[in-house]
Amino acid sequence: MKPKPDGHNDRELRVKRITNGTVIDHITAGQALNVLRILGIMDRLEEVVSVVMNVSDRKKDIVKIEGRELKPEEVDKIALISPDATINIIRDYEVVEKHRVILPSRIEGVVRCINPNCITNTDEPVKPKFVISRGERVELHCMYCGRVIADRIADFLI
Amino acid sequence: MQHVITIQDFSRDEIDRILDRASELEPVAHTGSSDALSGRILATLFYEPSTRTRLSFDVAMKRLGGDVIDLGAIETSSAVKGENLADTISVISGYADAIVLRHPKEGAARMASEFSSVPVINAGDGAGQHPTQTLLDLYTIRKEGKLNKAKIALVGDLKYSRTVHSLAHALSLYDAEIYLVSPDQLKMPDLMKGGLIESGTEIVETADIDDVIDVVDVLYLTRIQKERFPDLSEYQSVVGSYKITKETLKDVKDNLIIMHPLPRENEIDPEVDASRHAIYFRQSFYGVPVRMAILSMVMG
Ligand SMILES: Nc1ncnc2c1ncn2[C@@H]1O[C@H](COP(=O)(O)OP(=O)(O)OP(=O)(O)O)[C@@H](O)[C@H]1O
Ligand SMILES: [Mg+2]
Ligand SMILES: [Zn+2]
Repeated sequence: MKPKPDGHNDRELRVKRITNGTVIDHITAGQALNVLRILGIMDRLEEVVSVVMNVSDRKKDIVKIEGRELKPEEVDKIALISPDATINIIRDYEVVEKHRVILPSRIEGVVRCINPNCITNTDEPVKPKFVISRGERVELHCMYCGRVIADRIADFLI
Repeated sequence: MQHVITIQDFSRDEIDRILDRASELEPVAHTGSSDALSGRILATLFYEPSTRTRLSFDVAMKRLGGDVIDLGAIETSSAVKGENLADTISVISGYADAIVLRHPKEGAARMASEFSSVPVINAGDGAGQHPTQTLLDLYTIRKEGKLNKAKIALVGDLKYSRTVHSLAHALSLYDAEIYLVSPDQLKMPDLMKGGLIESGTEIVETADIDDVIDVVDVLYLTRIQKERFPDLSEYQSVVGSYKITKETLKDVKDNLIIMHPLPRENEIDPEVDASRHAIYFRQSFYGVPVRMAILSMVMG
């Protein structure tokens, strides 16, 4: 599913339209595979999925899934790695619902702390909690040790 | 209920109130005793070695008429036999009126505060926070020099030193001009510098202590640890270039104060101890009135 190096901009057209399901659009370029990971699609290929990466006119990725709507937890996770994504529900080939993901201001138990010496990375009965801020990029501030995760957030998803 | 977890949780007003209270309590810290906390019990839980911090909390509580219990030797206590910190805190907070905690993991004190039914005071969590050290540093600067708009050089390990990180943040509340003096390997992390700049603090960064020593009011030295360097010769050359001697102090301001969180390694020549600029032992003593102020605040 790698984008072709010659940079056709008709890639979207070459994907078969879905009847019912979800289109996740405006994914931050490069994050499509992480979106699939969040949806658990990397390990079990039940759904028919198409991925369009690096759509050349506006830098973005798109994921289209036949026959599936997303759970709120999944949408929250997508927001962390791709805060401008939109979730489009398709019924009978048409977009019947569209909403932008919402970046929560706090998360608990969704991401583990990058700091190996953080108390949340021990056997203590405590869930990692982060305060989220968004400037140029999304930043997660650990409420325990204070460390900030900004790059590769997907790698820390629980 | 008020916990003391990080200095960032405190506003300038709140810090001022603690420092004022410490100042009132200083005579008691020297020689006196008070019954302000009589009948109260402080639990000190040190999962890592500490002499100064532990002793000064002990003394502070006793000067205020209170009692102290501790974990005993870490080797024999249940902590090492596998009880987690959360359970230990749940149990101990039933025995004591406040808990002082030092723990090797960052964020331990914050977590402890969630499990505790009494105030938790962070006495150092790994490479994280040590707010009572910061408060005693501020008290020292205020008492021995001036805190507002201080010109202060932070010298040595600005990368790993938690003392420096918390202090720099606190100084930014007091419109300080901060001179960051460190070898390349030990520069203050960009994220932290960014935070200081955003808060409007003036920062000057240099590797050469001679650039700043004659213009500052406060010289705050930190320990430069061997482990931070790939080889001994590099370490020795860095330590050598930052060492404070009588000679280095030749042209400094009259009112310069030299601080160090102690223990020192080779950063200050003992010949400097007798100089009027050397206040690091008094700084260490100020830990007592400042911790008295904190204890009376959280249990008062
Ligand atoms: N039946 C379908 N099968 C596959 N993809 C579809 C289908 N219907 C719409 N899409 C895709 O879903 C996304 C949203 O569709 P929509 O028609 O709302 O586009 P749009 O007007 O460009 O929306 P936006 O303003 O959010 O970019 C687009 O990427 C579109 O190509
Ligand atoms: Mg569009
Ligand atoms: Zn953390």
